Amino acid sequence: MASSFTRLISGRNTAVLLASLGAGTMATSFLMSESNSLFADTKTKLYPPSSDFPDLRKHNNCMASALSPAVYAKLRDKLTPNNWTLDQCIQTGVDNPGHPFIKTVGCVAGDEESYEVFADLFDPVIKDRHNGYDPKTMTHPTDLDSSKITNGIFDDKYVLSSRVRTGRSIRGLSLPPACSRAERREVERVVVTALAGLQGDLAGRYYSLGDMTDKEQQQLIDDHFLFDKPVSPLLTCAFMARDWPDARGIWHNNEKTFLIWINEEDHTRVISMEKGGNMKRVFERFCRGLKQVEHLIQERGWEFMWNEHLGYILTCPSNLGTGLRAGVHVRLPNLSKDSRFSKILDNLRLQKRGTGGVDTAAVGDTFDISNNDRLGKSEVELVQLLIDGVHYLIECEKRLEKGQDIKVPAPIAQFRK
Amino acid sequence: MICYKGRSQVIRLTGELLGRRCWFVSSSVGKIGIFVSTPGSCSNPQVRKQQGSTMPFGNTHNQMKLKFSSEQEYPDLSQHNNHMAKILTPPMYERLRSKQTPSGFTLDDVIQTGVDNPGHPFIMTVGCVAGDEETYEVFKELLDPVIEDRHGGYKPSDKHKTDLNAGNLKGGDDLDPNYVLSSRVRTGRSVRGFCLPPHCSRGERRAVEKLSVEALAALSGDLKGKYYALKNMTDAEQQQLIDDHFLFDKPVSPLLLASGMARDWPDARGIWHNDNKTFLVWVNEEDHLRVISMQKGGNMKEVFNRFCTGLTKIENLFKERGHAFMWNEHLGYVLTCPSNLGTGLRAGVHVKLPKMSKHPKFEDILKKLRLQKRGTGGVDTAAVGGVFDISNADRLGFSEVELVQMVVDGIKLLVDMEKRLEKGQSIDDIMPSQK
Repeated sequence: MASSFTRLISGRNTAVLLASLGAGTMATSFLMSESNSLFADTKTKLYPPSSDFPDLRKHNNCMASALSPAVYAKLRDKLTPNNWTLDQCIQTGVDNPGHPFIKTVGCVAGDEESYEVFADLFDPVIKDRHNGYDPKTMTHPTDLDSSKITNGIFDDKYVLSSRVRTGRSIRGLSLPPACSRAERREVERVVVTALAGLQGDLAGRYYSLGDMTDKEQQQLIDDHFLFDKPVSPLLTCAFMARDWPDARGIWHNNEKTFLIWINEEDHTRVISMEKGGNMKRVFERFCRGLKQVEHLIQERGWEFMWNEHLGYILTCPSNLGTGLRAGVHVRLPNLSKDSRFSKILDNLRLQKRGTGGVDTAAVGDTFDISNNDRLGKSEVELVQLLIDGVHYLIECEKRLEKGQDIKVPAPIAQFRK
Repeated sequence: MICYKGRSQVIRLTGELLGRRCWFVSSSVGKIGIFVSTPGSCSNPQVRKQQGSTMPFGNTHNQMKLKFSSEQEYPDLSQHNNHMAKILTPPMYERLRSKQTPSGFTLDDVIQTGVDNPGHPFIMTVGCVAGDEETYEVFKELLDPVIEDRHGGYKPSDKHKTDLNAGNLKGGDDLDPNYVLSSRVRTGRSVRGFCLPPHCSRGERRAVEKLSVEALAALSGDLKGKYYALKNMTDAEQQQLIDDHFLFDKPVSPLLLASGMARDWPDARGIWHNDNKTFLVWVNEEDHLRVISMQKGGNMKEVFNRFCTGLTKIENLFKERGHAFMWNEHLGYVLTCPSNLGTGLRAGVHVKLPKMSKHPKFEDILKKLRLQKRGTGGVDTAAVGGVFDISNADRLGFSEVELVQMVVDGIKLLVDMEKRLEKGQSIDDIMPSQK
């Protein structure tokens, strides 16, 4: 067991103190670049915000809807404490106009403070994306007490697998769009050290992307655990793929039911999964694992990014709040052909995806069904919503099998009108 | 919280450090109780006007990174095969990492593309780019050896000659059109005072476009033409440009994407060409301007004449408006990629060499002639039907006339060799020596 002295020395704050001592030498070189500020002033006058305002006329994303020339002018010259800018937040939305049918988010956070410094942009984006949730006035409930879940086991004849995922960010380190190599490596170090402390059914192993053997790689592919360098321009334009595969990796427990991705789209993505329909157990393990990891990083002076308005802070505004997607792979051969299928899903606040994940098509009659919402409802609420919804879908499927009719359920309340 | 209105850099710096620690320490009342920080625990997050670097792209957060040691930040280049990876060392990284150009371009910006693209064991890419003219000065400790390595031993003390007098070219008007299908000369130009494509803001890029379009609009005679902005062109115009092989599209090569050149596409990008379709200018693709003169057949002299005339006219039109091209007597014309310094010139032909290309000494002959081959789709494509794109391998250390002369003489020889091989004759007696 590490002594408290060792924990202190290896803690983040000691690193900062030591680094700041070394920064005295930096002050000298900083002073010698006086000319920079004169250059900066001239450039600011030559290029007012209006000259830099992006052309968003062909764009369909939340950022383009929310960014006006006035908001841009107000925010363009601001910096977060990590020197992250508005232009860097919105670059992905400028570079990816989107699709008329699919409204993407179009902006990312570079650090925790982005959501505050650029609130004039992020608040309306959050409202747009999260059904009217207002970060200024509303609070987000966090609830990871899995004992509250009822009815959490599905019929194995229909539900092939169950999965819950979320993300967590390490407070004090920049997010993937902005992080330097050293910060990214620090995230890896902090998380891997913590995960090494997991025991029992959660004990496991880390595989660094850059170091894994061909055999390990193949095994991870076969287990459907491996993530690869992002190819989606939504991610690459947000600078998340820099320095690949440095400090990226996958950790999973020996039983292959608890999995953590490090430094992909977020600092960490946490996944609990298993074959079959025991969502209750999946969620129980999810909550237990998350709490243990949180405890292990706290012992060393770290914590997750969280606040009472935005819940858990992640890179993409779409994942704020719980960052939680609870889902199942479920066979719905009859229901999926019913014209009311989409409406039923809508009213249940569920979404369908193909079994390859987001932006894939369904194969056969098997769908990935998961919760739509992330922010404004707690983890327990969202998982319960998913559970109740999937039970309803299976009921419909059974009825259709017997030739009986089904009903479209009443829509579940959200906070927006 | 330290106020940031002070002029002294020291106060700003100290303030930044103290402010950060304040942010860490002040909220011990947080839910955990050990060194916890919550945002907003200080009066407000540190919002201040940008200093030092104003360009939105590029590591404005370089100062933040300096908190970490050089070892912690040094990239993992163990799998890499590019010029940057060969030259960069940890001590060099340490010396250069705190520097930035006046517009805020940093070492990490210079090398990001090389870090993200390890390269191929057989093909040595450059692995670094410039964000502005001053990059080549501020980071000369890295870029001089890269340039030396890439450009055949060109030393920091060497001087580059510029020669755009087409009259100095000997011959070149009689390459056999039965073999030489088309002739083309291209180069690039950067407008002094603006950041280069990896680093420029939207405002700067639009300013470069505006200047270029105004200058080009003043061209007359056989150079008179029209500008097609990428974001405004009609479907009909687009199809025509594709059919003419003029259209450039958003880069897909990770070499370019990783350097930030494709940001804000297609804003302020466009194609200008003359009515005769023999003189073409690309605006804001990989460089501020790419200038291309081309025509079917083997009259390279005419192509080069038009190239020089057109370039000189464009340069004068820019000067009339108070703008010069980036140039200095050591590096010649300054462009984004170090591989294009000097002349930035690639003079080439599409030439039918089905027998020559199968000859065992083909590669060696090309090397001696200081030529390189590509497929007819351009760089990184394969040859189709024995037709190759053959062009000069050098860019820096030779003048424009010298490089085109090499192409003209070299192609003449290759076609002669092809004709001999057709007749079943030997080519051993006309083997070239190393140029």
